[in-house]
Amino acid sequence: MNLRLKVLLGPVAVIAMFVAVVTMASVLASRASQEPSSTPAAAAAQTPPATAEPAPAAGEAAPKAEAPSAAQSKPYEEVPYRAVPRVGSRVAIWMVAQLHLLFAAFVLAIPIFALIVEAIGYKTGDRRYDRLAHEFTKLLSVSFSLTATFGAALTFMLIILYPKFTNYMMSVFSPTFLPYVLLFFFEAFFLYTYYYGWGKFHPLVHLGLGLGLNVVGTAIMFIANSWLTFMMSPRGVNSTGAVINVWEAVNNFTWMPINVHRMIANVAFGGSVAAAYAAFKFLQAETDEERAHYDWMGYIGNFVAISAFLPLPFAGYWLAKEIYAYSQTLGLTMMGGAFSWLFIIQAVLIGNLFLAANYYLWLGMGRVEGAQGFQKVIKYLLAVIVLCFMVWATPRSIIATVSEIRAMGGSSHPILGFLGVMSAKNTAVNILILTTFMSFLLYRRTGKVATVAWAKKGHAAQLTIFAAAALFVIFLGVYGYFVEATVRIKLSVPQVLSVLFAMVSITAIDVFLFRHATRTGEVRWGKMPVISQYVLIFIAVTFTWLMGLMGYVRSGLRQHWHVYGVIRDRSPDAFTPTLGFATQVVSVTVLLFFVLIGFVFWITSLHDRPDFEERGRVRHGSDDVTPAVSSGSSAHT
Amino acid sequence: MKILVVVAVLVVFGVLRLRRASLLAWAGAWWVGLYVLLRFGFTAPIPSSVVTIYMGIVTLAILAYVTSSEERRGDVSGPLVRFMTERRYTPLLGATIVAIPALAAANVYVQMNVPLQPPLFSRTVHPASPSEITVHDAKINLDTAENTFLHLERSNAAEYRQHVENGRRVYYRNCVFCHGDNLSGNGMFVHGLDPIPTNFTDGSIAGLRDSFLLWRISKGGPGLPEEGGPWDTAMPAWEKILKEEEMWEAILFLYDFTGQKPRAREAGEHK
Repeated sequence: MNLRLKVLLGPVAVIAMFVAVVTMASVLASRASQEPSSTPAAAAAQTPPATAEPAPAAGEAAPKAEAPSAAQSKPYEEVPYRAVPRVGSRVAIWMVAQLHLLFAAFVLAIPIFALIVEAIGYKTGDRRYDRLAHEFTKLLSVSFSLTATFGAALTFMLIILYPKFTNYMMSVFSPTFLPYVLLFFFEAFFLYTYYYGWGKFHPLVHLGLGLGLNVVGTAIMFIANSWLTFMMSPRGVNSTGAVINVWEAVNNFTWMPINVHRMIANVAFGGSVAAAYAAFKFLQAETDEERAHYDWMGYIGNFVAISAFLPLPFAGYWLAKEIYAYSQTLGLTMMGGAFSWLFIIQAVLIGNLFLAANYYLWLGMGRVEGAQGFQKVIKYLLAVIVLCFMVWATPRSIIATVSEIRAMGGSSHPILGFLGVMSAKNTAVNILILTTFMSFLLYRRTGKVATVAWAKKGHAAQLTIFAAAALFVIFLGVYGYFVEATVRIKLSVPQVLSVLFAMVSITAIDVFLFRHATRTGEVRWGKMPVISQYVLIFIAVTFTWLMGLMGYVRSGLRQHWHVYGVIRDRSPDAFTPTLGFATQVVSVTVLLFFVLIGFVFWITSLHDRPDFEERGRVRHGSDDVTPAVSSGSSAHT
Repeated sequence: MKILVVVAVLVVFGVLRLRRASLLAWAGAWWVGLYVLLRFGFTAPIPSSVVTIYMGIVTLAILAYVTSSEERRGDVSGPLVRFMTERRYTPLLGATIVAIPALAAANVYVQMNVPLQPPLFSRTVHPASPSEITVHDAKINLDTAENTFLHLERSNAAEYRQHVENGRRVYYRNCVFCHGDNLSGNGMFVHGLDPIPTNFTDGSIAGLRDSFLLWRISKGGPGLPEEGGPWDTAMPAWEKILKEEEMWEAILFLYDFTGQKPRAREAGEHK
């Protein structure tokens, strides 16, 4: 593209954007609807009395000059809803909220990721870790701006499209808004000091800044979580919606489970996007050195993602349990009703994630010399994964023809019916986690031989713990069929604890077992088949898609309520969108997110490109042009 | 399981083992063998929707396995490359090229000639209940309601047994025709009903609170939410025939007969 065209395109784009904004504003203003609302008395807007010159409602067109008397005589009346053309208010809010959330998750995850990697670098003295952490932190500033921008867009859209509901939420949560803004200020302070202060402070001071960034970021998420969880499981308000206790509204029943679930999920998500970034760079790499670097980076990102992913089902289970305990109706809607098939999609996606994570590790064995011995074990691991995956994906509400139902003797299959319930699912996911852990352990010891005197006993102890944990998990799973629901729910705790115990104790033994181990082969970073990098990208996209889809479930559970049991949704969108429609919206949002995150990667990579003048010099093959003005160059990295 | 089908699959696997089949042959054999087992190996057939899910998982797993190491990738791609490049396979390659679209066309033909069938049965087993229902002009909160007579199980066993006995009578006077003598959903009217009646002996009622059952019994098929459809015939709304106490007693009997307990409310539950 030549320079003249670029110069011309700039103003054209600006004019087009301006026209689009004006059009959008006028369309929104003309689509105000005056539908009845059951907003509770206490929550209803404090409508100002009609005065001689009432202020126009937010978003409404200014009174026209030719009809001043009619406009002046019109009393102020709050609009419950406004519509967005074509896509509708709900989809518009849905997409913006999801984009905001995905960027927020990324912005929260990267500092956790960077802090851990930087701390490892500081502890081990390995500069590669420090460089890696710094490389990821570069992605933060643009992402932070996009998060804030989408957050602002979401707020404004809520005010414009759902004014009465937003007004109510503001009336309940007003004490949380100022701390929220203050925390954002602190976040900006920590973020930019952390980024620009890289290498400028004592490492411990810098790590402290990273810790501050993480604490503030997490606090921001906790506050925002209180708003959305209140909508699902309101507390601290009376039956008409009047606020009784703000702290109870914040600390509602699903608040802490969502806090924990999101914190873990953010790390998994951030790690996977970081790994996808590395995969993208690996595929673009032109030298073996670059390939080696990005292969290692992808491995670390994926390791963080999968490590965080392993406890995620337990956090999700806690959340589901709290939802069920809060309301049987919500619980059944989620697991047995309209959304039950969505959980089969979830199971398929998570099963694919487990399969992909194991597959990546098995491929990774190829980069280590002397991996042949462990390759033989893969088929057994795979068999276990397939069995567990099948159990997890077995639906409770089976879709079948009438003749199939009759042949089964009912809507529940006499054998598969046992696999469609929680006892089987919990057992399957625990065994999946143990198997993935085993794959990682095998990968870790590839190319090494333990030389300690107690090596044989150590291996035997590890195997015994592993087998005992697996048997215990299966025993509890089977036992769960013979006890009532309250006991069965509690059995999941020892199941999880036994898996965690196995993972911690086996790792502890492994660390000592392979101390001073003999190396039979070196790790050849970069010697990975290309398909492994697509697996990393697949994992990132699947994580993102999964987050979107589960967000739809969480929000959709409320069905025709804005705030469950308190404020009813009386808009035309007061119905649960179909699964097919929801997956389309989520897919488009995920696509938009990856386009935008690609934009972030591109902007960040500009830092490493030579300056414009330098490129000009190279192009013209001379050195006597005007000296470079900007100083951003690859020398800084 | 159908033993003959299982044995046939195992015999084929045994032959492949003896003949030291290549990895490609094994991959194909596993895929076909598992499909045969899932499709034809069970006495109560697995619905095709579930077979599709399972075979998707199997396909991914086999692909993952055969490509997970350089050696295996070579084992699989080697025969394929030879098949496509060596002259001695040319006639077979030609036949394959013709066979693939022919099979696709045959499949389309078969699919198009399937006799007309009712749509897929996509009812959910446990559609969500509303949080509150009205039975005989009394409002009942389904999140908090419990069987009126359940507390008697510990405090007054004799009276409790009396209510179970009343429930038994209610059941055998009203419900037995559809749900059957042994509560397995196999009553004398079952062949005329779509969907077929609920089987109480499969353990699923243990996952539900008794208030859920009250909702289902009192409102019947007409009270089902949309996701509970489609249905041609359905249980009547028993509130028009039975008293609330009689419905609670029938529920007592259902749990008593099947040896199950209603899903209990958890300690410290939120409402």
